[in-house]
This record gives sequence, structure tokens and C-alpha cells, in this order.
Amino acid sequence: MFKIVKRQEMSDGNVILNEIEAPRIAKKAKPGQFVIMKANEEGERIPLTMADTDPEKGTITVIYMVVGKSTALFKSLKESDGYQDIIGPLGKPTHLEKLGTVVCVGGGTGIAVLHPITRGLKEVGNRVISILGARSKDLLILEDHMRAVSDELHITTDDGSYGRKGFVTDALKDVLEKEDVKLVVAIGPVPMMKFVSKLTEQYNAPTMVSLNPIMVDGTGMCGGCRVTVGGETRFACVDGPEFDGHKVDYDELMKRLQAYCEDEKRCHEDYCRMQGI
Amino acid sequence: MAEKSEKKKRPSRQPMSEQAPEVRRRNFEEVPLGYTPEQAQLEAERCLQCKNPNCVAGCPVSVDIPGFIGLIKEGDFTGSIRNLWSKNSLPAVCGRVCPQEAQCEGVCIVGKKGEPVAIGNLERFAADYERAHGTGELPPKAEPTGKKVAVVGSGPSGLTVAGDLIVKGHDVTVMEAFHKPGGVLVYGIPEFRLPKEIVAQEVNFLERLGVKVENNVVVGRTVDLDELFEEGYDAVYVGVGAGLPRFMNLPGENLIGILSANEYLTRANLMKAYRFPEVDTPIPMGKDVVVLGAGNVAMDSARTAMRLGADRVRVVYRRSREEMPARAAEIHHAEEEGIELFLLTTPTEFVGNDQGRLTGMKCIEMELGEPDESGRRRPVAVAGSEFHMECDLVIVAVGSGANPLLTSDTPDMKLNSWGYIITDPETGKTTKKGVWAGGDIVTGAATVILAMGAGRNAADSIHKYLTLGW
Ligand SMILES: Cc1cc2nc3c(=O)[nH]c(=O)nc-3n(C[C@H](O)[C@H](O)[C@H](O)COP(=O)(O)OP(=O)(O)OC[C@H]3O[C@@H](n4cnc5c(N)ncnc54)[C@H](O)[C@@H]3O)c2cc1C
Ligand code: SF4
Ligand code: FES
Repeated sequence: MFKIVKRQEMSDGNVILNEIEAPRIAKKAKPGQFVIMKANEEGERIPLTMADTDPEKGTITVIYMVVGKSTALFKSLKESDGYQDIIGPLGKPTHLEKLGTVVCVGGGTGIAVLHPITRGLKEVGNRVISILGARSKDLLILEDHMRAVSDELHITTDDGSYGRKGFVTDALKDVLEKEDVKLVVAIGPVPMMKFVSKLTEQYNAPTMVSLNPIMVDGTGMCGGCRVTVGGETRFACVDGPEFDGHKVDYDELMKRLQAYCEDEKRCHEDYCRMQGI
Repeated sequence: MAEKSEKKKRPSRQPMSEQAPEVRRRNFEEVPLGYTPEQAQLEAERCLQCKNPNCVAGCPVSVDIPGFIGLIKEGDFTGSIRNLWSKNSLPAVCGRVCPQEAQCEGVCIVGKKGEPVAIGNLERFAADYERAHGTGELPPKAEPTGKKVAVVGSGPSGLTVAGDLIVKGHDVTVMEAFHKPGGVLVYGIPEFRLPKEIVAQEVNFLERLGVKVENNVVVGRTVDLDELFEEGYDAVYVGVGAGLPRFMNLPGENLIGILSANEYLTRANLMKAYRFPEVDTPIPMGKDVVVLGAGNVAMDSARTAMRLGADRVRVVYRRSREEMPARAAEIHHAEEEGIELFLLTTPTEFVGNDQGRLTGMKCIEMELGEPDESGRRRPVAVAGSEFHMECDLVIVAVGSGANPLLTSDTPDMKLNSWGYIITDPETGKTTKKGVWAGGDIVTGAATVILAMGAGRNAADSIHKYLTLGW
């Protein structure tokens, strides 16, 4: 069993942070990598990108939104309860390099995934501008964490309850106009990543996105996670999860995330994750 | 007297009773029900106890077939299973899934005229009898050697190595990427052909012997091979299987409703998705299902789809019936269950609707031309024979390749041009010191018994290395 040592409710209470004992994974994991978690014997294998790791303590942290049956089950786990299975670290780590000015764009729980990458980019000497988006003020997470690792931080909310009213793309456009941006990292709901990539393409700003398609094993063995990148089929779990944002077929990804949606008995986790709701 | 003429006429093969096709096609329970002791003894009597038995030569691990059959005949079922164990550590599995018709039974002398001795059924009987009535007594273990061995992958190959080395006194840890041990035996081969209970018992047996099984360890990610040596392991066996699904590489292949057999079977078997929503993992419920390929994996997928409630299941294969690589019993069972074989046909494109869901495929008819390198006649497209086939679920079962996850992380272990690990064919030694490999990751997708045979040879070699230093 993988014990939960810390549990915290964030946002409107529907976003949960779990710090979990997983010494082997904590020792190995790098920013950008994910784990697959399963709560109990009957549980489903759910991929989650890690928000943090503590190799000394031997813990990993994940932050997830409750969107369906499996994450509701995760939410019901209390401190000192545990997950039956956690597998990882999976996927390729983020390539961290000093480039100059980089922009980190996060939406919804994508901000949790963005945070260690932003920190990594800052640590190797980049000037980091971060842009965070949420539907409203109370749904924004990790603002302070992101501020601590950014040279500049912009916030947008759909309803204007905090920061600038509008979408992350509005703020991003201003930055792209002013700055010589060497890299944009965008992590959030699929539509957000799609629109960010469309925008950055106009500015020739290299863009990296982190994808979370439906997965089973996470080791390249089933092909359930296939995505089309640059006209070629790739397995997100082993070739990704990060890809060149300008080459991803987002429409196909959005459709594939709805594979199990017709199932009346559940609104599938993956669909909701894509929506970022 | 009548008795004499009756004796002359060789009794025919004891049939094994099975669930009726119309019943079993909708449930996941095992299809053949096993022999009674009486049936087993009658069948055992059919064996001629050959002096130079063909069957043993036909068995990849040289099971003493007349020996274990003779013991069944005498009613010494415990002796029989002991005899089997000396060569084969998973007889309950092999009795069920080995391609006997291409091995022992294919060359059995009795089969020259009439039907061969039912060697597989007898093997299964001996193992099942032991599971039901055995004392569960553990074999003797050698004194601890103080040597530590890591076995990567818990398929039949890895389990064989673990079993062989633990009784020789080594400290053995099996590391498995999935959350449950057994490899293809748990995630690939369905319940109705190999009850998971059997695999669990085999693993439990190894654990009682002292083997440690660590699930959720992806070697190459969670820990890499060199780190295992740093952690104090003296030798490593790599038995990670051939877990890389092949697709057709046709337009439209990423439509919803097209899955690799690996994904489909893993959802059904490992995740028990056939019990959804009682369990949380869903599986697509096709009504009009097409399976591409004609091996065991294809048959298992087709029969699973039928059990999940399909109205129609078609196996689409580009060659003819003779070339189908599946076990004869699987093809027979599949057809009995109403699965249609759609031979000499191949898809050229997958077609979907605006939601990205599969609605059918464009196909073309094939005919057999000249033999290719494999000796099988090469299928060639018949010009102008294009047609459309409607379907709402396609399961791609056209083979698998070498999964590079571990091997690409281990540059000093040499691979062949297809990505399989190069080993010494006698010992299973790889080019990396202290590392052995075997099973599907060396041979490409093969059989349970070959994976076990490779494990046995490697275990012998590892034992020598750990005790004698070579
Ligand atoms: C659906 C299906 C039906 C089949 N039917 C038959 C049949 O009827 N008869 C027959 O003889 N053969 C059959 N086969 C073939 C047979 O199952 C295989 O040849 C055999 O299982 C190979 O054994 P293995 O030990 O080499 O590998 P596997 O059984 O594939 O086991 C490998 C294990 O290693 C694990 N692993 C992989 N990578 C890592 C890693 N990096 N770290 C840790 N663990 C890892 C995998 O999760 C897996 O559990 C079938 C195969 C399939 C897929
Ligand atoms: S070849 Fe057939 S008859 Fe001869 S020993 Fe083997 S099983 Fe018995
Ligand atoms: S999740 Fe199975 S191959 Fe990626």
C-alpha cells in the first residue's frame, strides 16, 4: 500500500492534493513525469502527472480534480489511508535547458503539473513569465507556488473575479508581442493547449504541451494512449507526455478522450479532464 | 471371444466434457471441464509406453511423457505430478495452453492411425488433481547461498527462473511492471481458457517457497538494471515479454473503436472490465466486431467480444485457413461459438463518423501467390475486389514487437535489428555481465512452453555463475 501522508482540499474543495509515500518513485522522478494510480482491487488505473517529489522524505505529490467515479474514490481516501497501486515514474522527463525568456501557461489543475517544470526552468537560469488561468478566483490553485518560481506572473479569470478578465491566450498575446520568447510551455485542458499553440504558431514561438490521453499500462504495451503528432502515431506514455504543441492533432485527442462517454453509467474521467471542469 | 477382438481395437480418445457452445459464448467460465480420474486412467491406457517416444522429442522441455502417463494409469496421481514438475513448473498452465498438436501430440505414434494420446488433457488432469487433493507440500530447498537474483517480468519465463533458483538456495525477487504477477497468463489469455485462480496459485506457491514478488516496478523507469546491481543483486534475469502492439498503419486507425488486442484483453482480463460497472475499468462493447489476425491472440479477442455481448464477430485474415497460426482447439472452439472466419481479406482503410467513431472498413480480397521467406504463400490483392465492411469495433491482433522501454535504457545489452535481446542460445546469457534474458523478449512472440524452457536453461546457467563463478 502507498500511504497518504498529507491530504488537502484546494480550490472549491473539488481539487485534492495527496502527498504519498512512494520512496522508489520519489527517488527517480523528474519534472514532467507521471504515475499511474489505482485505489483498490476493483479500481481503474488513472494516470496523473506529479506535482512534486521529495526524495529525502520518499514522497510524491499529486493534485487532481474530482471529475468522475475514480477520482471521487481517490477523494474519499483520508490521511493514512493509501492507494493499492502506484506505478512510476513514467514518461519522458521535461528537457530543461537555459534558453532565455520562457513563458509557462497553466490552466485548471494543469498548474499543478506546470509548477515543477516552471521551477526547473527557473533553476537552470531562464527568465520565467507565468500565466495562470481559471474560471474564477476561488478555482485558482498554487498561485503563491508559481509566483515563487516566476520572474513575472499574470492571472486571468473567465469571469474577471481576479486578475485580468479573459483567457490565458489574451495575456499570452501581450507577452508574445513584447518579448523574445524562446519557449512556451502550456499545460491545462486540451482546448486551452490547442488555442495557445495556435497563437504561438503565429509568433513562431516553440511550444511544448503535456498530454493526458486515456491510458492503461503506461509502458507502451497497449497503444490506448496513441496521439497523432506531426501526422505520425505516437504513444503518449512512452514518447511523451510532452510534445511539440504545434504538431499535435488536438481534435483527434479530444474525440479519443470521449471514447467511453457514451457509457451512461459514467461521465468518463478522461472527458472531464479534457474539459478541465 | 469377443474380448480379444475388442482388445485389438484401440479405444478412442476420451473426450473432455465442455460447456455447451451456446451457453459458454456468453460467460467467462472455463470451457473444457477436465477429466474425471476414471477418464484420465482410460486415456492413459491408450499410451503405448514407447521405448523411443516421439512425444518427448516433440516437447520443447522434454517432459517424460510416457512416465507421467504411466503413473496416471497406475492411479499414482501424486507421482505423476512430481514427474511432471521435474521438467515443467507450470503443468496446469501448459496442459491448457500448449499447442500440443504441433508438439507432443502431433508426433505421438498412436496418432499415426487415429487420434493421438490426449497428452495435454492428461497433463492438465494431473495438475488439477494435485491442486484439489495435494498436500501442498513444498519441495526441499537448498541451504541459503547468500546470492541475490532479480527477475524482471513475471510471465511464465520469469516465474520458471524464480522457482528454479529459489529451491537452489538463492534469494529471489521478481519485479513486475503491472499490479499483478503472471504476464500474458493474467493480462492476455482469458479466464475462459486459463482461470486466473490457477496463475495466482502458482505465484502463491513460489511465494511460499520464499520468492519475493514486487509489483508496480517498471525496470528501466522505477529502477534500472545497473541500479539493481548497486542494490546488491548478483544476477538479473530479463523476461519482459514482447509487449509492443503492432498496428496496421492504415488511414483512420486512431478512430474510437479500434484497439490493440493488448489493450482490449488487458481491460478484459487484468482489469476485469467484463464486470463493469462493478469494477471501474470500462471496455468498448462492440455489436459488430472485427478482429484482425488469426493467432491465439486473435481467437482470444474474438471469443471475448462474443462473451461481451456482440451480435456478430468476424475474424478477418489475409491468408487462408491452413496458414492460421492459432491452436487448432481455439479455432474449433471459436467457430463453435459462432465466430465467423473471413479469410483472404484485408482492410485498406478505417472509416468513421464525425465524432471520430469507427463505422466500418474498406477491404480488399486477397489470393495466395508464391511462397515467401516464411514458406507460407504470400497473399496478394485481387484487383478490383474492394468492398466495404460495416463494424463498430476493430481489435488489431496482428502480432507484437519488442518493447524498448527497458532495453533502450540499457545500452550495453546488445539487441538484434528487431530490438530483441541477443543471448547465448544455450545459456540465455546477454552481452551484459550478470544479465540473462529469455522468453518472448529474445525469441519474439512465441509460446508459454518455450518461454519456460528458456527460463529453465537460464536458471541453470545463473546457478553455475553464482556458485562456480561462470
Ligand atoms: C492473448 C494471448 C494468447 C496466447 N495464447 C497462447 C497459447 O494458447 N499457448 C501458448 O503457448 N502461448 C500463448 N501465447 C504466447 C505466450 O503467452 C507468450 O509466449 C509467453 O507468455 C511469453 O512469456 P514471457 O515470460 O516471455 O513474457 P510475458 O508473459 O509477456 O511476461 C512478461 C512480463 O514482464 C512484465 N514487464 C514488461 N516490461 C517490464 C519492465 N520493464 N519491468 C518489469 N516488468 C516488465 C510484463 O508486464 C509481463 O508481466 C499467447 C499470448 C497472448 C498475448
Ligand atoms: S508417442 Fe504417444 S504412445 Fe508413445 S509414449 Fe508418447 S504419448 Fe505414449
Ligand atoms: S498507456 Fe498503454 S501504451 Fe501508453
